Amino acid sequence: MEKTVYSYIKAMRDIIVENKDFLTQLDAEIGDADHGTNMARGFNAVVEKLSEEDLDLKNVLKKAGMGLISSVGGASGPLYGTMFLKAANVAVDNTMDPNVLCQMFKAALDGVKERGKATKGEKTIIDAMEPAYEAFVEVIDSGGSVQQALEKALEAAKEGVEYTKTIIATKGRASYLGERSIGHQDPGATSFTLLLESILKNYMK
Amino acid sequence: MVGIVIVSHSNKISEGVVDMCREMAGKEQKIISAGGLDDYSLGTDAVKIANAIENADSGDGVLVFADLGSAILSTEMAIDILKDSSKDIRVEIADAPIVEGAIAGSIEAYIGGNLESCLTKAEEVKIFSKLNK
Ligand SMILES: Nc1ncnc2c1ncn2[C@@H]1O[C@H](COP(=O)(O)OP(=O)(O)OP(=O)(O)O)[C@@H](O)[C@H]1O
Ligand SMILES: [Mg+2]
Repeated sequence: MEKTVYSYIKAMRDIIVENKDFLTQLDAEIGDADHGTNMARGFNAVVEKLSEEDLDLKNVLKKAGMGLISSVGGASGPLYGTMFLKAANVAVDNTMDPNVLCQMFKAALDGVKERGKATKGEKTIIDAMEPAYEAFVEVIDSGGSVQQALEKALEAAKEGVEYTKTIIATKGRASYLGERSIGHQDPGATSFTLLLESILKNYMK
Repeated sequence: MVGIVIVSHSNKISEGVVDMCREMAGKEQKIISAGGLDDYSLGTDAVKIANAIENADSGDGVLVFADLGSAILSTEMAIDILKDSSKDIRVEIADAPIVEGAIAGSIEAYIGGNLESCLTKAEEVKIFSKLNK
């Protein structure tokens, strides 16, 4: 990987800012209409804290995680923050070895599940993230490239978002709506899918 | 004395609950509000909560009352942040309604209860009937 971790964080910020109103609209349907605002505030704060000279993968991921935790303001703050912190813990220097990427993805997923006490099928970020992780690992394990793995992961995440339309929310604000949450896609699963899309796009640039 | 922290999405709520607790509490008692975001908009902030917990502790531990959703997630995150910076503070989150629970918990702290008994008193309000039914 020649691109810096900073360029990835910036790509994430850009896609979130671009989709801020869309994410907030989704959250208006089954939540408190702040997911886009929360995520944009968080990623803007993170990019502000970082500089192009920050090259150390572990360090940047850590800063990003802490930045999200201290500025998002909603459930997605501790959740996405934990995701970055846990990935940072297992990141190895600046290697982008595919197997290390798998381990980072796994640590991030486990971190979110633990923080949110949620599993697949509860209409959360996890419904996009877990299938994405599984698809990613499957490609890498069968000798595919990182790009192929990211492509499959994105596909799986998008399917995960579609799946969230069919289920009742049992975690987070949307759970107060019960049956009424069916038919709407989960904002968190959607933002996760956007982040993955930004990673793939930046990777291919 | 056991410290008390009130976490709500709304700064008005957390400040208001602190005010209500103060009516019956001791002057020196630490009851701290950690509600809303820095610009007073609705939300929860794990760093703010971590600071409040630190300020509320005087060695006997801290009992936290939180409203819903991310108030709980952010409090758990705050506890992890304190642990990671090796701050050794005993913290419990009360599984109790925020207003009634906080009043019961802070009175128990005031009359000398330890963290466990404050937690018990706070959680008891869940089965306490307001209408004496
Ligand atoms: N316990 C949880 N586990 C996993 N994901 C969760 C959990 N709670 C909420 N989420 C995710 O967070 C998204 C909502 O994020 P958002 O930034 O809008 O926070 P919020 O729900 O408004 O927070 P708050 O609890 O402060 O109201 C949901 O769409 C869902 O994907
Ligand atoms: Mg929301």
